Amino acid sequence: MELFRLTVSEAADLLSRREISSRELTLAALSRIEAVEPKVGAFITLCREEALAAADAADKALAKGGAAPLCGIPLSVKDVLCTKGVRTTCGSKILESFFPPYDATVVSRLKDAGAVIIGKNNMDEFAMGSSTENSAFHPTRNPWDPCRIPGGSSGGSAAAVAADMGLCSLGSDTGGSIRQPASHCGVVGLKPSYGRVSRYGLVAYASSLDQVGPITKSVRDAAILMNAIAGHDPKDSTSMPKSAPDFTEALRGELSGMTLGLPKEYMEAEGLAPDVALLMEKAVKTLSELGASCVPVSLPHTGYAVAAYYLIAPAEASSNLARYDGVKYGFRAENPNDLAEMYKNTRSAGFGPEVRRRILLGTYALSAGYYDAYYGKASQVRTLIMRDFARVFASCDAVISPVSPTPAFLIGEKCADPLTMYLSDIFTVPANLAGIPGISVPCGFSADGLPVGLQIMADHFKEETLLTVAHAFEAAAGVSGKKPQL
Amino acid sequence: MEFEAVIGLEVHAQLKTRSKIFCGCSTAFGAPPNTHVCPVCLGMPGVLPVLNKKAVDFAIMTSIATNCTVARESRFARKNYFYPDLPKNFQISMYELPLSEHGWLEIETAAGKKRVGITRIHMEEDAGKLVHDEFAPVSRVDLNRTGTPLMEIVSEPDMRTPEEAGAYLRKLHAILRYLDVCDGNMEEGSFRCDANVSIRPRGQEAFGTRAELKNMNSFKNVEKALAFEIARQTAVIEDGGRVVQETRLWDANAMKTLPMRGKEEAHDYRYFPEPDLLPLVVFPQWEEELKARLPELPDARKARFTSQYGLSDYDAGVLTSERELADFFEAVMASCKGEPKQAANWVTGALMGLLNARGLSISESPVSALALAALLTLLDSGVISGKIAKTVFEEMAETGKAPDVIVKEKGLVQVSDASVIEKAVEEVLAENPAEVTGYRGGKTKLMGFFVGAVMKKTRGKANPGLVNELLKKRLDA
Repeated sequence: MELFRLTVSEAADLLSRREISSRELTLAALSRIEAVEPKVGAFITLCREEALAAADAADKALAKGGAAPLCGIPLSVKDVLCTKGVRTTCGSKILESFFPPYDATVVSRLKDAGAVIIGKNNMDEFAMGSSTENSAFHPTRNPWDPCRIPGGSSGGSAAAVAADMGLCSLGSDTGGSIRQPASHCGVVGLKPSYGRVSRYGLVAYASSLDQVGPITKSVRDAAILMNAIAGHDPKDSTSMPKSAPDFTEALRGELSGMTLGLPKEYMEAEGLAPDVALLMEKAVKTLSELGASCVPVSLPHTGYAVAAYYLIAPAEASSNLARYDGVKYGFRAENPNDLAEMYKNTRSAGFGPEVRRRILLGTYALSAGYYDAYYGKASQVRTLIMRDFARVFASCDAVISPVSPTPAFLIGEKCADPLTMYLSDIFTVPANLAGIPGISVPCGFSADGLPVGLQIMADHFKEETLLTVAHAFEAAAGVSGKKPQL
Repeated sequence: MEFEAVIGLEVHAQLKTRSKIFCGCSTAFGAPPNTHVCPVCLGMPGVLPVLNKKAVDFAIMTSIATNCTVARESRFARKNYFYPDLPKNFQISMYELPLSEHGWLEIETAAGKKRVGITRIHMEEDAGKLVHDEFAPVSRVDLNRTGTPLMEIVSEPDMRTPEEAGAYLRKLHAILRYLDVCDGNMEEGSFRCDANVSIRPRGQEAFGTRAELKNMNSFKNVEKALAFEIARQTAVIEDGGRVVQETRLWDANAMKTLPMRGKEEAHDYRYFPEPDLLPLVVFPQWEEELKARLPELPDARKARFTSQYGLSDYDAGVLTSERELADFFEAVMASCKGEPKQAANWVTGALMGLLNARGLSISESPVSALALAALLTLLDSGVISGKIAKTVFEEMAETGKAPDVIVKEKGLVQVSDASVIEKAVEEVLAENPAEVTGYRGGKTKLMGFFVGAVMKKTRGKANPGLVNELLKKRLDA
């Protein structure tokens, strides 16, 4: 048995029955990394020693019995999540030597559950990007085709899971950064409702949009991870002050009687690849066969979402990233003549071009005289997008759509044209703007054999609906067993 | 042409909470650098602010006490600017939607009573401080103060004289001290004031160009700086010049304001709503609960002092100007039977004279309220005379001994035994025959001389009333 191929739920069964140990499982994941990581580049930092120590501790807990489902499970986390004593770079040179003295809440919840963190995943610098090409360290390659990007910004997480380097991962999603790489890598990626999962220790990109969520091999695994990380955190004022449900319960649900909305603005979007449109048609058919009624709906403000997103997110980023100034931690440029020069040289050399571009965009959007026209107007658009969804969810249980207009594109293909890159976020940014949950679940392959995901979105705090639909679809579509050749 | 000044004040008051506004670190002053810090107030990656409820309580209490309307919903906002003492390079403050607005305070000056409007009160976090090395070209950053809760109280431009500005500040200071929400220490910076001042020809509606004055660390300095600035602006205009809009620092040694050095940059703070904090919603019940818990405020206490103790407006005003002073007076009254007027005179006279001379605050008084009450009881019951009481008070201040102990040790009990005093009277008359003849010849002003001589002979202990009576009887006989 190739232990690294296991899903979390399969491994948890074997671990709880003591048929395998966490040490064996962890070693299997680590040797898998040794074997395929050079081809993929999904990690920035590996924590072999810490992982084995955690695995041994998990084995002790498992021996006692009654351990949590994640106990002893080797997994990775995106390098945007602070890990105590373990380098956390955010894919940036400016934090290349930053060792946080604290764990992100989600990380401490994983540790409390006995999970084994094997490494920190590569990502677009400060989560800004859709291809993981913006990492200051190295790009990540798509396990299905090494010439292609894995998606981003959680490209390292999705590629690691797709390549069986760790059983699952945590990513973060500000405009699609979990769902889009999950779609491109043929795995499951869930962006929870804003406020469902604590953001404490998640290095902020755009505070009003960021959410942490699972990237897994199965829908069941996503539910298991959600059980571990969701719920109120007193350290995050924007986390929902209510306890989270048992998300695995939702996996029992059925689709009959459910109404699923199919937004015409998404299906009519410019640049939607024929392969993707075809797979969508198939998905609709599958869901209808499962008993759901799929109806056309309208989200009329969809066309403004990308523009609103690329004002709000950079505006917040320009402020969130101001702290990286060389004064307190991280990279500092040498021998400045004065304070202004220290700031300028540190930030010019420490940040990559995409981060600098977004800081400039955001600074401009917030400037006196421009605020109303840009940030103010974008906030109004955001309200309209929320209302679009509210109207649709009055009559639909969920909305289904593609995750990305195309399958994974070639490395370097869109680097020269940021605007085209931004436009590929069209189906994912609305959920972030509205604060609703969304999931990407594999729905098939393009003619070139590249994975394509189906997106399901539900109303605020209705992750259970997503999981019910995704789980039923996953079983019926029968595409999630396929593995890339590495 | 006759000019009048237009003055508005911005006060930054540090809220007296034990922990910081967005994390659990201590707000205590004077700790070694960078010891009262954590990832949150250091602005490390990924950390989030959590609002201190006590700080909001305090700011709401202040809003109620200054007649402001508390907003049902207010919002924190980010004020973005780069400076090494600001770890996140933005300050969490309030901007478009402050905590409260539209309040007022009543002040009293020689010109009478007047209302000064309060534009708004908002909450924000303090920055840290830079320590510049005297010997090397380095600056160090101490972030202990970072995240200390502040309240900014902005007045309307309603004041016309430095005296009014001083009265407003003293009143506001007294209210914050009464509420116990700010320790009011201007030296340590827990109560800081900036002033905006301009002048205009009397009768003109439009404001002149204003200067912003900073660096005034006492009420007196605010008044002096304003007086200087008004005179300076008047001279500029009378010389045909124009006042420049600028920030000026008060130099207390040179007794003048000087333009702040370095180029004046027009900051664009790029305010936007703080996405890491929810809107602050103050339910009426929360406000009502705080209102019910408010202590008696200076104006109400002053009114009560005049009605309950029959004190003059002036005495009541002085005694209630500081909460501790009023508490002291009431503690004295609670344990002595004497006249309130007499107690008030002792507190505002002897006691405050002593404190001023030694540079002490009322809470540091070497004579406790109980001790002063004991002294006043001795005086009231005739055990000692007023003159002796002054001596005993000085001794109390020196040694800290109880008044009855001092009276006993020094044998200062007032002599009211007529036979003892009669003896002294006889001796004095016998020793001063010329004065006796003079008195009886019509120089009745010599009575003072005889009283003094008898008091001297009895070492001041003789009951002065009795001395007068017995002398009169012997001399007029």
